[in-house]
Amino acid sequence: MSEIADKVKKIVVEHLGVEESKVTPDASFIDDLGADSLDTVELVMAFEEAFSVEIPEDAAEKIATVKDAIDYIEKQKAA
Amino acid sequence: MFNLQGKTALVTGASGGLGAAIARALHAQGAELVLSGTREPALAEVAASLGERVHVCAANLSSGEEADALVGKAEALLGKPLDILVNNAGLTRDGLIIRMKDEDWSQVMTVDLESPFRLCRAALKGMLRRRGGRIINIASIVGVTGNGGQANYSAAKAGMIGMTKSLAQEVGSRGVTVNVIAPGFVETAMTAVLPDAQRDKLLGSIPLGRMGKPEDIAAAVVYLASEEAGWVTGMTMNVNGGMAMP
Repeated sequence: MSEIADKVKKIVVEHLGVEESKVTPDASFIDDLGADSLDTVELVMAFEEAFSVEIPEDAAEKIATVKDAIDYIEKQKAA
Repeated sequence: MFNLQGKTALVTGASGGLGAAIARALHAQGAELVLSGTREPALAEVAASLGERVHVCAANLSSGEEADALVGKAEALLGKPLDILVNNAGLTRDGLIIRMKDEDWSQVMTVDLESPFRLCRAALKGMLRRRGGRIINIASIVGVTGNGGQANYSAAKAGMIGMTKSLAQEVGSRGVTVNVIAPGFVETAMTAVLPDAQRDKLLGSIPLGRMGKPEDIAAAVVYLASEEAGWVTGMTMNVNGGMAMP
């Protein structure tokens, strides 16, 4: 697992207070991890801070799963 | 009751009569304060009269950039996060709509409505993370009732009431409360300019028979800022001597 994926997972575990085993790539923040709409906004803000990236609103809306977040951040970091 | 020891608060418009009274009341309950306003000497005077646990951070809230930066600056002065935000700064540019200039409209909207939005947005980041906070917006009775000659001001204050209710719904799950106080006619520099005839007429419409004192409003702020008000959010608190009972 990449360093980014590791860090994303850690942020999700910390923020949502869920067990690490549940934070699989396909896990949906809202459907599987119990996040509400404000949680998803806070997660995006936490990602922005942790990775020093900017995630615009239209991109943030498409980040629904753990993998979505990892892919987006990896793409930003590679660019 | 209403102990604010260990809490931090930012009060905008703190050099004005109402803002200074709010600052005094929060300070008396033990809060550590950041006073903001445009007139630095006046702020320093209020700060000096309070003594310890007070910082001054001048800002011109007509500027979006300064409004955006204020919470961060306040937290830097405090050396800790902000618990209580009191959006008290405001100005009037009275006139009948038919004669109202564009800038009289936009200036009131910018300072009285847009800057509280910017300050709320900035303060919320920390409050959400810490799962708690108090936002208290100071609107006006005219935001509820309207007032001929104050279309801009009453629109901004009515906007503030709507914003408060929306925000209260957005962040309630995180233990952050957002309330708005609608003061009636309080003796401040803002109302000192009213002609005597209008003042007498106003007094006649106040069941409690007197103008408000800044302390009447400050007491409401202390309540809403307290732990005891933890189940109150999205409320418009009418502190007006009974002049309007919406």
